[in-house]
Amino acid sequence: MRWSYLHKWMVFGVLGVAALSALVSLPSMTNEVSAEMLINGAGATFPYPLYSKWFSEYARVDPSARFNYQSIGSGGGIRQVKVGTVDFGASDAALSDEDLKQMPRELLHIPTVAGAVVITYNLPGVGKGLKLTPDALAEVYLGQITKWKDPKIASLNPNMNLPDQQIIVVHRSDGSGTTNIFTTYLNTISNTWATKVGKGTAVNWPVGLGGKGNEGVAGQVKQTPGAIGYVELAYAEQNKLPYALLKNRAGRFVEPSLEATSAAVAGAIGELVKDVRVPIVNSPAERAYPIAGLTYLLVYKAQNDQKKAASLAKFFWWAIHDGQKYAPELLYPPLPPQVVKVIESTIKQITFQGKPVLEAN
Amino acid sequence: MTFDRYRRRKRVNVLVSALAFLCAAITIIPLLMILGHLLAQGAKAVNLDFFTQLPKPVGEVGGGMANAIVGTLILIGLACLVGLPIGIIGGIYLAEFGNNKTGWLVRFMSDVLNGTPSIVIGIFAYTVVVLPMKRFSALAGGFALGIIMIPTVIRATEELVKLVPTSVREAGLALGIPQWRVILRIVVPSAKAGIVTGVLLAVARIGGETAPLLFTAFGNQFWQRRLDQPIASLPVQIFTYAISPFEDWHRQAWAGALVLVAMILITSVLTRVVTKGQDRSMR
Amino acid sequence: MSSSEAFPASGVPPRAGGTNVADRLFKGTTLLFALSVVAIMVLMAGAMLRTALPAIRAFGWHFPFTSTWDPVAERFGALPFIYGTLVSSLLALSIAVPLSLGGAIFLVELAPHWLAQPIAFLIDLLASIPSVVYGLWGIFVLAPWLRTTVQPALGALLGVLPLFQGPAYGVGMLAAGMILAIMVIPFISGVSREVLMAVPNSQREAALALGATKWEAIRTAVLPYSRSGIIGAIILGLGRALGETMAVTMVIGNRPEIALSLFAPGYTMASVIANEFAEATSDFHLAALIEIGLLLFGVTILVNGLARLLVWSVAGNGAATVRE
Repeated sequence: MRWSYLHKWMVFGVLGVAALSALVSLPSMTNEVSAEMLINGAGATFPYPLYSKWFSEYARVDPSARFNYQSIGSGGGIRQVKVGTVDFGASDAALSDEDLKQMPRELLHIPTVAGAVVITYNLPGVGKGLKLTPDALAEVYLGQITKWKDPKIASLNPNMNLPDQQIIVVHRSDGSGTTNIFTTYLNTISNTWATKVGKGTAVNWPVGLGGKGNEGVAGQVKQTPGAIGYVELAYAEQNKLPYALLKNRAGRFVEPSLEATSAAVAGAIGELVKDVRVPIVNSPAERAYPIAGLTYLLVYKAQNDQKKAASLAKFFWWAIHDGQKYAPELLYPPLPPQVVKVIESTIKQITFQGKPVLEAN
Repeated sequence: MTFDRYRRRKRVNVLVSALAFLCAAITIIPLLMILGHLLAQGAKAVNLDFFTQLPKPVGEVGGGMANAIVGTLILIGLACLVGLPIGIIGGIYLAEFGNNKTGWLVRFMSDVLNGTPSIVIGIFAYTVVVLPMKRFSALAGGFALGIIMIPTVIRATEELVKLVPTSVREAGLALGIPQWRVILRIVVPSAKAGIVTGVLLAVARIGGETAPLLFTAFGNQFWQRRLDQPIASLPVQIFTYAISPFEDWHRQAWAGALVLVAMILITSVLTRVVTKGQDRSMR
Repeated sequence: MSSSEAFPASGVPPRAGGTNVADRLFKGTTLLFALSVVAIMVLMAGAMLRTALPAIRAFGWHFPFTSTWDPVAERFGALPFIYGTLVSSLLALSIAVPLSLGGAIFLVELAPHWLAQPIAFLIDLLASIPSVVYGLWGIFVLAPWLRTTVQPALGALLGVLPLFQGPAYGVGMLAAGMILAIMVIPFISGVSREVLMAVPNSQREAALALGATKWEAIRTAVLPYSRSGIIGAIILGLGRALGETMAVTMVIGNRPEIALSLFAPGYTMASVIANEFAEATSDFHLAALIEIGLLLFGVTILVNGLARLLVWSVAGNGAATVRE
């Protein structure tokens, strides 16, 4: 039969392709250091641009370990650390004392960098530099301001020709630390928000479209004229999305920038050295951008794989020292030295069978 | 007057025929559009790097999906390990011994499984593989895909084994060959071509599955060297890149989609063309 | 066992006892593999039920009828997701059913073979395009087109109806319904063709012999004969649409809200699982998600069971399964 011959040929074809691809991939699997260990992490999308840079650079610093990081959202980082499917989690929402009690073992927070959550928008023909007050922002996200031409926005931007268009609100659809920072801010500045919605990694949004991850929100805003959304500064910058100037506690309209976020961190150093988990939104500092936060890596204090624990600790140490130099170019403010000191002692707490994995240096 | 009525009936007939033709034409427009966009966007985006490079860090231009392409092939291989034994041997049971209540139950369950949303199967794989292993892994992804394969393979096997004429079985038994030998040595081999078709169709289906991989195979920016580690796959990579804001990722998402669709269409078109005429219900 | 035993020399009867044991062993083994399908289904239902228990206990029968999805206050109701799933699927069917049926009638009853074959082939190809590729196309082609062209036009024409009011997002219920329609067309069309082909030719010939036109023969003789099979095909399409995940997630807007307008964003049961499953921070949130999965599972079992029965009654086993 003709086709049974063809069949054989096809089966060989498929198997051949599979074998070939295995062969192609094999050298790359073995050529590079073969004793290489894969360390899996997952979580926040907020620092992902920096983390993916870090992990690609760090492969040169310590070729014995590969860090596979999947940006699934801070909620995911917390969840997957809790059930133990990843070696470390990442979140820009710090866990409360109560959350920490729910964890199977003692969990450490390792802040890596700070970042700003910016209000980005897509208004063709309207340039950069839209000005917003905290009230206006809250009302947009509460669904009380629905048009771009609303007097509450127009009066702040007399020089802008705002369209008579519906505001398309975009928020996160996944559990998100960016959402946590953003809603913590709205919670501080708006009573209505605090009573109606509250704060957290996922909330019951009064209006808007959901996008998955900082990537998804930025993507959605970019695709939709009339949209407004909140994303980490690096996402807006890398995608050339404009962002709004926000009125801070001191009454100044501040553009989110490296300096303005640094100012917010600097203003909170006193509290951060006591507890790295304190929110730093709505900073009283004069030049501070009000929606900022630290982002954390989450790791268990007592590790059960010595080599992995050592690699992790080594990486954390690198991240808060040498790694910091990659932060500014991606617009994440580096950690202040006082805070770095605190984290050093946290990293030294990581143990294997009761012994610290990082030799005191 | 009857002539008028006849003319009206004729006209209705022509009108309805035209409408029906229109329906058929409209249904293939989306296909042509999707293929058109894929070709236009994908061809621009595919380059050698796409097949040989690993993904670049966020925001950097370039890189490729080499690990995801290989990852998809590995996942399909693992899925076959799970899905084929159950599908083929189960199908043999249904064809040879399945004329009873058990057969009915298995058939019904496999139909239900066929209609079960793949995301639900993903939850299942997460619960029974990822959580106990405490790790996302290629194994978990392969397990989920393998389960999705089962109904297609089991049904194809059953039907094609059944198509083998009874006389063949009787001839074997009359020679004094035990039944199990008859089935394994004579009946199944003569249905082999058809079973392979069913398997290839199942492979074409799972090759594009995304939802069950999201929280089983997870993802990996690097080459995967162990099956108990997370693994990259083409569909998940396309999804991640498609919803992102980065233009270079959009480009690669189109390239990935083109490659994925090409892989799937070539498999299923070849299967269909090759087996045409052999089994009408496969058309 | 050596091969000489397998092919006994003529005249030597096989030992009845030996083969019996081997045969029984063989049958038992195949049975075991076949039963593992049942085991998988039972395990699946069991595992989900166990994880969902806290939510089932806490919300009871209110769960499917409550519309709050508030992870902060840990109050969960599945109504918006059920609504979104139903509306997007029904919208998809209302587009896909007439098109697939008309197309199937054309291909089986009217078109010459040389035309019918390639068109049927192309429609079947639609089924093999992965969901995520539909989603990609939905994001970059369909949604922008809806936003700039279709929705403004619909709004201007039919804006008085609440269905077509509100801002044009592009993504939303309409986009999801259209993507789903494209995705279920090959299923409905394929099974309908199968069912129509199963109608005996004598039916058509009898009607034609009485002087009926082709359409009259189809209407009076073919369609009534295949009605339950076609309904089965439609329900099968519904089953597909209900569980579809990726493409819908990418274009529906992901917002748990019950809005009358088709322009508004929505959410479906499958897409909320895809988005939140790996990342629900509290166990309770996870339980609620799995309960949604369980509901979805239950609904698809019902829908598919119904469809199989209807299709089986006309076209015989298998017509509905092998075509993937």
